[in-house]
Amino acid sequence: MPSSPQMSRREFVGIVTAVVGTFMGAVLGIPAINYLIAPALKKESADVWIPAGPVENYLVGVPTLFNFNRTKVNGWEKTVNSYGVYIIHHEDGSILALSNKCTHLSCRVNWKPETSAYVCPCHDALFDIDGQIIKGPQPRPLDEYETKIEENILFIHYLGS
Amino acid sequence: MFQKTFTWLDERLGLKTIYDTVLDRKVPKVNWWFTLGSASLFLFLLQGITGIMLTIYYVPSPDHAYDSIQYIMTGVSYGWLIRGVHHWGASLMVLVVFFHMLRTYFFGAYKYPREFTWVTGVLLLLLTLGMGFTGYLLPWNQRAYWATTVATSIAGTVPFLGNFINQALRGGMDLSAVTLARFFSAHIWWFPAIIGALIGVHLYMVIRLGISSVPKEED
Repeated sequence: MPSSPQMSRREFVGIVTAVVGTFMGAVLGIPAINYLIAPALKKESADVWIPAGPVENYLVGVPTLFNFNRTKVNGWEKTVNSYGVYIIHHEDGSILALSNKCTHLSCRVNWKPETSAYVCPCHDALFDIDGQIIKGPQPRPLDEYETKIEENILFIHYLGS
Repeated sequence: MFQKTFTWLDERLGLKTIYDTVLDRKVPKVNWWFTLGSASLFLFLLQGITGIMLTIYYVPSPDHAYDSIQYIMTGVSYGWLIRGVHHWGASLMVLVVFFHMLRTYFFGAYKYPREFTWVTGVLLLLLTLGMGFTGYLLPWNQRAYWATTVATSIAGTVPFLGNFINQALRGGMDLSAVTLARFFSAHIWWFPAIIGALIGVHLYMVIRLGISSVPKEED
């Protein structure tokens, strides 16, 4: 190849190939990376207020179990989870909503009027009417749901887990 | 710095020799029809990459195949693009490989000493069609299901062996989860592995023998 001040045909082809190749790499590469990490970028806002019926349905001083289901969509598959909430209507009109999931190993606790306690069938964890620990292996009181009352309808704030 | 690193690597890996042998070969003056082989290779690699990407979300089971593709198309960023490239690339690859065969035939490039290159090429063309055949079932929609039902029935008309071939393809009497699983396996493991190996042989012979020139009037 004689050295000339102009670019040789070979150099020109090399540079064009590099430029076009880089452009194609970027055009294909950026969507490809997005495709791979898409599930990691998704924000799940499963947070919702669930209606639990008129407040007067809940007798004062008697914990009443309210059940609801939530459907979770994971890609191409759906999972239905059921949740239980004990609603406690206090004499002063305030409402307490407690998850019936034991804080020890997630068994479902049951209200026993005769002992005035929530009893876990798995390891005999005992909670008082407001979910505080009486005795047993549980590390913390029963989990509480936020509540609100709109036009006499009770709502429970479900945060998505 | 770059020159030093390259010299160090070249001394050990023989990069310059590979480059000179594979890319800096002496070639006769040829035309655009001679680019179809490279185009086929490029499409094979493109199909391989997009195919690997699709397996991240695709599930080869009758209860999830269709839904997982719906998810790729609507739930994943650029899923439509990756699947679109794989879908159209498949048709294009069949066309390009076929035209590559026609070029070789009409230019007489299959003659001595390239007969064996031709034989591996014919196998590669058949395997490419096999990729199209097995890939067509994977979306598990009505078209895929009935196309495969018809095609395996056609294979079943072979004298004496027909029933056996039909059942071997379907993995049973009817199209089922077994069919989908074996088509998926053939599509992503068996055929690509064999195609890859044959491309290696094909390219080795192209590099070893060089390419033939465009036939002239006196040929």
